[in-house]
Amino acid sequence: MTAAPAAVLRPHAEDEYAAELAALAALDDRPRPPGWRLSPQAVVTYLMGEGTAVTPKYVGSRRLIEVAVATLATDRALLLLGVPGTAKTWVSEHLAAAISGDSTLLVQGTAGTPEEAIRYGWNYARLLAHGPSRAALVPSPVLTAMAEGRIARVEELTRIPSDVQDALITALSEKTLPIPELGEEVQAAKGFNIIATANDRDRGVNELSSALRRRFNTVVLPVPATADEEIAIVSRRVAELGRSLELPEVPAAAEEIRRVVTVFRELRSGVTADGRTRLKQPSGTLSTAEAISVLTNGMALAAHFGDGVLRPADVAAGIAGAVVKDPAADPVVWQEYLETVVREREGWRDFYRSAREAAL
Amino acid sequence: MAVQEAPQSRAKGWLCEREERPERAGPEGRWPGRKHRSRERKAGSVSGEPPDRDAPATVLLGIRHHGPGSARAVRRALAAYRPEVVLIEGPPEADSLVAYAASPQLRPPVALLAYADTGRPAPGKPAPARSAVFWPFAEFSPEWQAIRWAVDAGVPVRFCDLPAANRLALGDPTDQPAKNPTDQPAKNPTDPAAKEGAGEGAERPAREGTEKAAELGAEEAAEPGAGKGATDGAERGAQKPVEEGAAERAVPASRVDPIGALAEAAGYDDPERWWEDVIEHRLEEATAGEDELSAALAPFQAIAEAMAEVRAAAPALPEAHRVDEERREAVMRNALRAAAKRYRRVAVVCGAWHVPALARAVTAAADARTLKGLPKVRAAVTWVPWTHGRLVYWPGYGAGVASPGWYHHLFTAPDEPVTRWLVEVARVLRAEGFTPSSAHVIEAVRLAEALATLRARPLAGLAEVTEATRAVLCDGDELRLRLVHRRLVVGERLGTVPADAPAVPLARDVAARQRRLRLPPSPLESIQDLDLRKENDLARSHLLHRLRLLGVGWGTPAAEGRRGKGTFWESWELRWRPEFAVDLVAASPYGTTVPAAATAKAVEEAAAATSLGEVTALVERCLLADLPAALPVVLRALDERIALDADVTHLMAALPALARSLRYGDVRGTDLSALREVTTGLVVRACVGLAGAVTGLDEAAARQVRAQLDAVDGALGLLADPALRERWLATLAALVDRPDLPGLLAGRISRLLLDAGRLDRDDAGRRMARALTLGVPPARAAAWVEGFLAGSGLLLVHDDRLLALVDAWLAGIPAELFTEVLPLLRRTFGTFAEPERRAVGERIRAARPGSPPTAAPDDDVDPERGALVLPTVELLLGKGAAA
Repeated sequence: MTAAPAAVLRPHAEDEYAAELAALAALDDRPRPPGWRLSPQAVVTYLMGEGTAVTPKYVGSRRLIEVAVATLATDRALLLLGVPGTAKTWVSEHLAAAISGDSTLLVQGTAGTPEEAIRYGWNYARLLAHGPSRAALVPSPVLTAMAEGRIARVEELTRIPSDVQDALITALSEKTLPIPELGEEVQAAKGFNIIATANDRDRGVNELSSALRRRFNTVVLPVPATADEEIAIVSRRVAELGRSLELPEVPAAAEEIRRVVTVFRELRSGVTADGRTRLKQPSGTLSTAEAISVLTNGMALAAHFGDGVLRPADVAAGIAGAVVKDPAADPVVWQEYLETVVREREGWRDFYRSAREAAL
Repeated sequence: MAVQEAPQSRAKGWLCEREERPERAGPEGRWPGRKHRSRERKAGSVSGEPPDRDAPATVLLGIRHHGPGSARAVRRALAAYRPEVVLIEGPPEADSLVAYAASPQLRPPVALLAYADTGRPAPGKPAPARSAVFWPFAEFSPEWQAIRWAVDAGVPVRFCDLPAANRLALGDPTDQPAKNPTDQPAKNPTDPAAKEGAGEGAERPAREGTEKAAELGAEEAAEPGAGKGATDGAERGAQKPVEEGAAERAVPASRVDPIGALAEAAGYDDPERWWEDVIEHRLEEATAGEDELSAALAPFQAIAEAMAEVRAAAPALPEAHRVDEERREAVMRNALRAAAKRYRRVAVVCGAWHVPALARAVTAAADARTLKGLPKVRAAVTWVPWTHGRLVYWPGYGAGVASPGWYHHLFTAPDEPVTRWLVEVARVLRAEGFTPSSAHVIEAVRLAEALATLRARPLAGLAEVTEATRAVLCDGDELRLRLVHRRLVVGERLGTVPADAPAVPLARDVAARQRRLRLPPSPLESIQDLDLRKENDLARSHLLHRLRLLGVGWGTPAAEGRRGKGTFWESWELRWRPEFAVDLVAASPYGTTVPAAATAKAVEEAAAATSLGEVTALVERCLLADLPAALPVVLRALDERIALDADVTHLMAALPALARSLRYGDVRGTDLSALREVTTGLVVRACVGLAGAVTGLDEAAARQVRAQLDAVDGALGLLADPALRERWLATLAALVDRPDLPGLLAGRISRLLLDAGRLDRDDAGRRMARALTLGVPPARAAAWVEGFLAGSGLLLVHDDRLLALVDAWLAGIPAELFTEVLPLLRRTFGTFAEPERRAVGERIRAARPGSPPTAAPDDDVDPERGALVLPTVELLLGKGAAA
């Protein structure tokens, strides 16, 4: 692993894991699709990890990653769907890093993403001075990826306005991008493909047109399958975040982490962990990422305002805030949960009390 | 497979014992005349008789239960070998039923049902360890294909497993110890958890029921319809009929599904795939140059070799299992010996696991010892219709095929199984209003193939096909995938049986009960009044209610009884229609006795119910039909609906019926603690949600909520649970001051609180004053009064202060508004009883200055005359004895 420059807050995947990628490439003797740095099998290995040499990037179902890689190998575009915090972006970054060795060709989708971000723009100074030419053209990441046969990433595809989204159709179906101003076109080199991510729980998304949707294979990334898996992910991330945010040291409170994860999982799935009680589900997504932020927040509270130990009260308010997103429906859900589940539960007395106080 | 005279030494593995100890076999008297017969057969073949010289006298076709690959191979092997008799793993009692297979009306999926034919239960007689065993067959079951082949070729079929007579008497070693042989709800094939796992997948929790089913459900939930659920879950092919799967977990996988275990060892998650890749494709190449018979038998030979290894390495079984297995294999060997005496070419179709045991040298005497003194009951067998859905979670013979539809497809598709399947998927989706194009199908096929390549498979299997379906055809939408799963992967195939097949035990049970209860079926309509205090009548009522649950509408509750109106009277209109016989056949897979079947049906309905009202009704029906075993499951369903129902009015509407059941239902002696728990949960949830349900209502809605508030309040009185009532009153108290409450409800809640002693009279007076001041629009004030007084004016009669407030308010309404308020007031006061109204009027007149004092009527009581009624009142109140 190359040490990233100290000033960089977050190095690119291909830099951070360059050593792993190089090792995999050296050992990889399987056929590689044109334009790929690694064979599909090696890409799956890179994401899922193997032994101590290759760290796991994605913790979860191998099958999903296989479907994703196979999709890219069939030159269909890949759409990663999932609630926020299910590692969509993370997976797309690592897929791009492993396949084309470059995860930087990124279009961040927002409500204001213009068509230039997907096709091309112009350097107006040059355009005015010298007229239309390749030199005056400012290529979008997608255009660059096509020209160089690499993977382009589109984040939050469904936040992009529909008419801009549809600019992708030509690139995906014809594998070419015409530049009428120059009377030219850029044809995609082998190895070009697009990985898009989209959030399927957000309100107000711009649903993909069926023409565009047809060009994508959809892989839904689920929330962690088991409580233990999720607790492991949360504890690791909480510890990492605590360090990087330079919070005062708070002893990792395994019990509170388990509690938060339990609450999140139960409300998310609509059934208690013992499978005996059905629950209403709140409108929020209650992703793993939110559980992490509730705990980080709780640790900050405990460190700065508490006695330095993570207590139920430190997380109770945060949890209520994460659960109650819709002021009309969610308070009932949360109250019901408190009254029917938390209240009776062994060892949850303090939490119940704090949560009640926080709710009032 | 094992062969008596091995054609080549290639057969070594599966012949080893035979070859190593050929001399010992003879003297011990095993299979007498074996060599002799084979010589005969050779002679026969010289005379031009088919299959030929080296055809062995016995072939053992080791199969994977419900494996389409096995089924194809069995058919091919039988066609090539042309045996004179086919032995099939199954109850020998069913030999006579094979003939029905020729009937076009016997269409798989069907099941052989063996049940204890005990007639009337006699006190001295030993009860069977279980009441029924099923052997389901699908189109793609190797056993079914063997039967079909034999019937078409006119070759006799003999079932060679442990007779059902013994099986029923012995029970199953995998049975749980605490098992009630009759009326056992858990043996129901349509366990809710299982069903949900199959159909609905992710969101529903696995519930009680058979644990196995729950496990499967959970697996499905994790990844519904996809590779894991569809394959791992599928391949728990048990080797023998079992009614319950729970205990199978104790049995090593290699024994439960040895071929599945082999496939897993080879890195395959789908044994059918493995069978195709490893057994069929490779052997086809290996045996390319050989004659048809050797080629057709080669897979079985390979399986037999592998099984010998698997069995040698298998962990020791628990004692009960081992004994059971030895018995079964002894029976099979006996059947084989008997067949070998009569026929020259014998084919045995049995679970692959048993092949080494059948090939092993064991003396007839030893087998006879093993089988000595087995208990027996009288058993009867028949065919019953089955469904693919039931195949999925029937953890018995060939346990839990998770994807019968896919297997059916594999078995029937002539070529291009993947493409044909995905085309079919697109067709199903289009029928549901989605629009996958041909381009989608093309892409799905490409993805499935790419996945197969990535996973180093020669061909895409169900896992790959399902993942391609999800990613391409369903746009990642689990709901659509579940639809595909239900329609195709499981399939909705329903079997049929000929009308002349032997009667099902359920029908016999109904007939027996009709005789016992002296309630003969008659095609003429008659009215039966049942006095539930009498035992016989109560049993009749139970029978009728249970049959109604099973969809046999022999009796319908009469609108009004002819005799009495007490709660212990129940009136029925009875009319027996011939088609009920068909309904009973359709209901027969639910169970062999009326209570067992009704329980299973109720459990299934609980799972299928969508609305709270349906489940509440079901609870009541379960209580009426006296199905205590179904109650826990139904209550769980109820609990779930309660939790998910966001409409508080639904919750409130459900409460009275539950409270009634709780209060009066236990006369039948059922344990209602679970119902109490659920009801408590319902009240808690209603309390939590009430605040949101009482505002923003128009008049009609407010009126409805008011009625429900009253009903809940009354129901809580019935429940007699102080803590719960406390919670309810606290909720009301928190509501009463909300300004956005409709007047009707504000008045009503004030009244409820007043009645409960939560508001004292002063407080109530203040509230009324506040509600009736001029600042409040008269319409709202009138609604408040209506809510406060509704039902009874006695309060006004007895509380002068409240009366004065109402009076002052009324008098103060401006003339132009009075006409507007008048109808509202009339509506309130119109509900009062005549004497109440008069009393109120008199009180008001009395309160006017200058009127005569009102106390006079009270003084008019004559104590002596009053005392005359007291004994009667005491008697009515139950204090008569003391008096």
